[in-house]
This record gives sequence, C-alpha cells and structure tokens, in this order.
Amino acid sequence: MQHDTPPPAPFLRKLLDSPELMIFGSLILIIVIFMIMAPAAFLSGINLRNMAIEASMMMILAVGMTYVIVTSGIDLSVGAVLVFSSVVSVITMRATGSDAAWVPVLGLVVSLLSGAAWGLINGILIARARLTPLIVTLATMGVALGLARLLTGGIDLTGVPRSIVNSIGIGRIGGIPVIVLIACIFAIIGGVVLHMTRFGLYTYAIGSNEQGARRAGVKLQRHLIIVYVISGLCAGLAGYLTLARFSSTTISGHSMDNLKAITAVVLGGASLFGGIGSMYGTAAGVFIPVVLASGLIIVGLPSFWQEVAVGMVLLAAVLLDQYRRRSRSS
Amino acid sequence: MTIPILSARNIEKSFGQMRAMQGASFDIHKGEVVALIGDNGAGKSTLTKILSGVLAPDSGEIYVDGKLVSFGSPLDARSHGIETVYQDLSLALDLNAVQNLYLGREIAAPGVLGRLGFLDKSRMRINAQESFSRLGVRVPDIRAAVANFSGGQRQGIAVARALMWAKRVVFMDEPTAALGVAQTRNVLELIRRVRDTGVSVVLISHSMPDVLAVSDRVTVLRHGRRVATYTTSAITSDDLVGAMTGALEPEGAAA
Repeated sequence: MQHDTPPPAPFLRKLLDSPELMIFGSLILIIVIFMIMAPAAFLSGINLRNMAIEASMMMILAVGMTYVIVTSGIDLSVGAVLVFSSVVSVITMRATGSDAAWVPVLGLVVSLLSGAAWGLINGILIARARLTPLIVTLATMGVALGLARLLTGGIDLTGVPRSIVNSIGIGRIGGIPVIVLIACIFAIIGGVVLHMTRFGLYTYAIGSNEQGARRAGVKLQRHLIIVYVISGLCAGLAGYLTLARFSSTTISGHSMDNLKAITAVVLGGASLFGGIGSMYGTAAGVFIPVVLASGLIIVGLPSFWQEVAVGMVLLAAVLLDQYRRRSRSS
Repeated sequence: MTIPILSARNIEKSFGQMRAMQGASFDIHKGEVVALIGDNGAGKSTLTKILSGVLAPDSGEIYVDGKLVSFGSPLDARSHGIETVYQDLSLALDLNAVQNLYLGREIAAPGVLGRLGFLDKSRMRINAQESFSRLGVRVPDIRAAVANFSGGQRQGIAVARALMWAKRVVFMDEPTAALGVAQTRNVLELIRRVRDTGVSVVLISHSMPDVLAVSDRVTVLRHGRRVATYTTSAITSDDLVGAMTGALEPEGAAA
C-alpha cells in the first residue's frame, strides 16, 4: 500500500547489517598475519590445541551470554557462578569418599544444578521483580563468589577424581581435546536453538520489543527466566570443565570471565540494546582475544598488546552498533 | 436489531484516584466500521485496551456474539478473533516482516522437528507474501529487518498482521496519525476492504475527516462514558466536536 521508494541497499548497508561478517574477516586477517610472521610456531599442534581449549572454555560461557544479551540483558555473575559450581561439585564428590564411576556424574549434575539455581535466582529477580539485570547479576556475582570462598576458606580444593581429569581434562578423541569437542557440540546446539527454533525467535523478539512480544503472546517472564537459567547452566558446565582441566578449583582465576564473555558476544556483532546477535558471530568473537594473545607472544611482542587491541576492537564494535541504530529510518 | 458482534456494558475502570471508565458501553455489529472518538482523557484508549484484553475492567460485562466473555490477556481476545493495531505498531524491529506477522502464532515444522520447536519458515513466508499481496501491502524486502523500512511500510505490516488473523473485529488506534495524505488514503481504503470481507473495524481517531470518510457509525466518549452514537451519514464534523466537548447535549444518546 506504500508508494514511497524502497531504501537503497548499498554494500555498506549490507556490511552494517551483518557485523559478524566483519568480525570473521578481522579474525581471518589476524590469523593470516600470524601465519605469515611465524608459521611454524603459530601452527604447531600444541599452540593450536592451547588456543582451541582456551577458546572453548570461554565459548561455553559465551553461548549463554549470547542469549542473555540478545534479550537486551547482561549477566555479570557467570564467573562467580562458575567458581561456586565447581566448589560445590568438588565438595560433593569428595564427600562421597568413593572412586566409583557414578561419582563424576554426580559431580556434573551438582555443578549443572548449582549453575541453574543461580540462573533461576537471577531470572526471577529480573523477570518477576523487574530489577535491572546489571544490578541483579552484580549482586549475585558477589554473593556466589563470597559463598564459594566461605565454603573453602579461600583455599583452592583439590581431590577432583582422577577419571575426570584423564577423560575430559587431558583426554583427546582423534587428536582433538575432549573439552574442545564438548564446547563445539554445545555451541552448535546453542546456535541451532537460537537461530532455528521458536525459543530463539522469541529471544530476539523480546530483545527487539518487550511489550510487543508480550502482546503477541510471548510468555515474557517465563522466557527471561529460562534465558538466565541457560546462562547459569553454561557457567555450571564451565565450572565442571575447569575442574577437569586443572584438577582443582580455581577460585581467583575467573574474576574477568564475565567481561571476557560479554566482550566476545559484543565483538561478534551482538547489540547491548538487544534484538541483534548470532552464535557464529560470538564464536568469532571468542577467538579474537585468544588468537591475539597467543600470536603476540609468538611474534615476540608483549602480550599486553592483546588487551589494548581487544579494547579498541570492542570500542569499534559498539560504535558500529550505535551508528547502525542511528542510520535506521527512525 | 441483530446481536452485536462485540459489545460492552457499564465498564468501570480506575487508575488510583482517576476514574478512566465510568460505566461506558459500546456496540459494534458484523461488517461495520465504528469510529470511537472523544477528547484526550475521554477513555478511548482505556476502552480499547479493555476490549482487546490488555487491561481487565474493574466491573462491567463484555459480550461476543451475545455471549458473556472475560479477557484475561490479549490472547483471550485474539482467540475470539479480535485483533489490535496498536498506535506504536508493536512490531519487533529486528525481526523481518514474516516473523512479525507470525510472532506468537508460528507454523511449526512437520513431525518431530516441529515438536522440538523448529519452524516451517518457507510455508510462513509463502503465506505471508500471499497475505501482503491480497491486502495490497508492499514490503520491499521480505527477509530484511523491519527496522530498515519507512514508517508507512511498517504501518502496512502492522495492519496486515491484524487483518490476517482477525475473524471478528480489528481495533485500529490512530492508524493515520503518523501518515501523509497518500498513505492515509491507503489505510482508509484498506479499512473499507476489510469491512467488505465481513470483519468489523473500530477506528480510534482524532481526525474528523477520516472518521466521516470511512465509518458507518460514530460513538462519542466523554469522561469515561458513551455520550452519543450517530449514524455517520446524518452528521457533520461540528456535531461530533460538539458532542466531544459537551457543548452540544445530544438527545437520544445511547448510553
């Protein structure tokens, strides 16, 4: 029923509409530069494996964070929930005093349940009590980390069953670390659900127009709660995997995990205003800091440059998102 | 007189100290365009929200085809074939036109995949394209986010969404407020076409020319009450303004 001309769709517009293309391009560019500068070291099996494991741990958190950010929320509690979940998991496994095969399974279940419970608390406070995600998850971050320290007296717990470390932590299938395989499967499932199912569609709809989604029949509160539970589950799983990787808890090693996960998601083209983001963008966003950190060391530059570079790329990504929003027709 | 397709009786609604609805009544028949007018604060949007299930009234009855109903949510109203085009259009700007059209009513993929939450995207796209062309709504790019479209194009999508699902009544809240002359004419034409298919339209508007051009009857609200209902062909713009402001005390007012 309109007679006005359609808006032009130049190349720039297309590029702006798919920021994940840009980030993929940047990632490939960085990889190519390091491959040219130091092919042997950069492409060595051990470096590739280390980068993949590093990225995998972050990817698991970033899967949940992608859902949260697409709803225009934020979850600062993931690192603390990771630590808390790993602590209660170890304590439970040690309390059994057994080496049986079911103990690691129990540990996994406890870790996942702990993550989901923290997600549920976040979700209820955000969706039902209508508190801002930033404050809610800042508070639960403090509570979860504090409780984890209380439970351990601040000293890392060992006593992770050897079978977990052997099978998951240092295990490989076909030369590929098990942790990487787990993260891949997890990310693929997360991506398929986000991009191909009704649940994913509603996640975007809520981030685009919360009231509109509710009017259209989306169960807003329930959906938001589930999204934060997913983020908590991701943290619980990551907590279990850190146990397998380090065979102990790592209480003070995750204070920046929340910001790293948010960085990866935003680098991957997601908008903090919600409604925009993709799982493949997030995957690229996870790899950029990891590749930079490893590549810079290999070529002999201080790895602190990685922090500088990631900060600048992050700024560019946010500026781009802002520009994209302003260039819309209203 | 036939039974109204949708009617309200003695609706009361207060927000704190403010009595927005003070015994308002409303009727619309099948295939009819009723304009709902009134000054700011007369209760147009409150009544619309109550009849489309967004707000629950404090007291009063709503009847669909003469049967008493109660709307707990917009979904209840929609299940009776009542749709609303909100003034803010209520579109998810980051989704495309098809996704907006089907939001909340997606077609599931066949079989097990559907039960897992997968969607039949191609069928929705084909149906949506068919709806858009039947209603004469032009969508520049069916795969692009609605955010890229002009105000008029977004309006078209929001209207098409309501018309695609409405079986009984479409509420249109100020559908021409943000539009230019040509686009306004298009919306009015669309309203007539909808009426001709047997779906009734409630037009909430401040624009007297639009009201006179397209409605069959006009219901005037003042202070949360229905003060008059006119047959459009028998009145002038001055009569309506008089009834809205209370300068004119009409005889035989329906409430």
